Amino acid sequence: MSNPVNGSVRMETKDLSVRYGPAIYGIQNVSMPVHANKVTALIGPSGCGKSTFLRALNRMHDLNSDVEITGQALLDGEDIYAPQVDAVVVRRKIGMVFQKPTPFPTKSIYDNVAAGLRLVGIRKKQVLDEAVEKALTGAALWDEVKDRLKSPGGSLSGGQQQRLCIARALAVEPEVLLMDEPTSSLDPASTLRVESLIKQLKDQVTIIIVTHNMQQAQRVSDYTAFFFVGELVEVSPTGTIFGSPREERTKEYLSGAFS
Amino acid sequence: MADVAGTISASTLPARYRGPADTAFKVVVVSLSSFIILLAVAMAVMIWLEARPTFRAFGYLDFLTETTWDPVNAIHGALPFIFGTLLTSFLALALAIVPALGVAIFVTEFAPKWLANIINYTVDLLAAIPSVVIGLWAVFNFAPFMRDTFYMPIYLWAEESAPWLVPLLGAPSTYNLATATLILALMIVPYTVALSRDAIGQVPIEQREAAYALGSTRWEVIRDAVLPYARTGVIAGILLSLARALGETMAVAMLIGNRNRMPFTLFGPAATMPSLIINEFREAVEVLHYSSIMAVGFYLFVVTIGINLLASYIQRKLSITKGGV
Repeated sequence: MSNPVNGSVRMETKDLSVRYGPAIYGIQNVSMPVHANKVTALIGPSGCGKSTFLRALNRMHDLNSDVEITGQALLDGEDIYAPQVDAVVVRRKIGMVFQKPTPFPTKSIYDNVAAGLRLVGIRKKQVLDEAVEKALTGAALWDEVKDRLKSPGGSLSGGQQQRLCIARALAVEPEVLLMDEPTSSLDPASTLRVESLIKQLKDQVTIIIVTHNMQQAQRVSDYTAFFFVGELVEVSPTGTIFGSPREERTKEYLSGAFS
Repeated sequence: MADVAGTISASTLPARYRGPADTAFKVVVVSLSSFIILLAVAMAVMIWLEARPTFRAFGYLDFLTETTWDPVNAIHGALPFIFGTLLTSFLALALAIVPALGVAIFVTEFAPKWLANIINYTVDLLAAIPSVVIGLWAVFNFAPFMRDTFYMPIYLWAEESAPWLVPLLGAPSTYNLATATLILALMIVPYTVALSRDAIGQVPIEQREAAYALGSTRWEVIRDAVLPYARTGVIAGILLSLARALGETMAVAMLIGNRNRMPFTLFGPAATMPSLIINEFREAVEVLHYSSIMAVGFYLFVVTIGINLLASYIQRKLSITKGGV
């Protein structure tokens, strides 16, 4: 299953629920497919559970012992929450880019990108060099930083830092890339760069992106999922959901009835 | 210039923005802050003035390098005490760093909350024990125990099998350099733990999550994200612990044996700058003796200030937020 057919189901959740306490649901019974080599956008008002859902897809909730997760999240048919599955391995296959750029500030640009590769034991300089160049090129950052790979990751601008984080996530060649509002702290020019990057990247990797910005969802995604108070209201091809949504709540949200 | 300053300069503000309370508050805080600075400077100047007879008699450098301290024959040198202070402090720091960092990492990253709380309270308690009490315990229990259980057997073994070690070790006495260093290490551990714990606690959750999201194990997160980010605070904490070790007086004076002449041996008596001061200030009736104690105090002052300045320089130089954290 390492080379799935374009558009086939790469990930799928079945009745996935995340609880922060006995009765406090982050998300409840979410079942949806994620198609291979497509961009899936998760939209909805603040607190609707879209980020909670995203973080459940690479077991980031494991870091908080108060969180309880039920249901299944399948990657290529295999439940990532199955008892024999190691969360560390899951996260190597399902990468993540966060809201705020999070380069390791003391590491150089090169070492930032190579960090994930070194974690899996790759030490050969030649292999690392090639992977770093490829990832930085993939993240549309290579030309800007190729002459200063040794300078610290913190020395880049915000937009460059976010593309560095994308390169860092791409370097390990993940199967799925999760992006949690990756442009919310960037200026408009950097936002457009990251958006066009997302469109290019879907040939290599399946992308799930949380966004507050409905125009962004329209611009970058193939599928859009609308979340509301912890529930998945509907998931459809992006054109359908913005053109003729099935659900009344989706229609109201998209027309600005609530935000 | 008043005109150029524009309409929002203080003098042109409408009266309702210029309360007398603001002026009074400003006067109070400015004078209090200046008083603190003046106090520190005045103290340094006074100590220097009192130490001048010594500097005049021996010179700044010769006083620093003279290895004999003999008040009876009016020979005064600071080297034994400076050497003793630096040796005990750096050795104690070397002994304290690894365990202290281990505890700090354990309580911030691994321990469940209830256990972390217990450890934190205990560490803080250890810091709160008066050093004279630690000294008292060490004088009657720890020092004799260490001599009988460790130093004597090691010394006897060295006499038999490694004679070259004997001049370094020296004949074990009850109160000696090694015991004072061990107790000093014990006393600075709480500081190193507390300061590095705070530095590690300030690493943003985003940094940890970024490392986890790359597929790092817990240890890899600590190695790649947490420790590099916290390094400034940890190093500054280590230097502040060193400054504390340099100045620690009571327990060291009780345990080090107070020998005023070089060379020192590991198991033999030695002295530090604070221990010299505390032991001799009452007997200093000769002008030169008195001023030499002041001169030692002056050097101690300089060394401690130097370490503190170095700590803040490193903090600024390495800081990720350029002076913020």
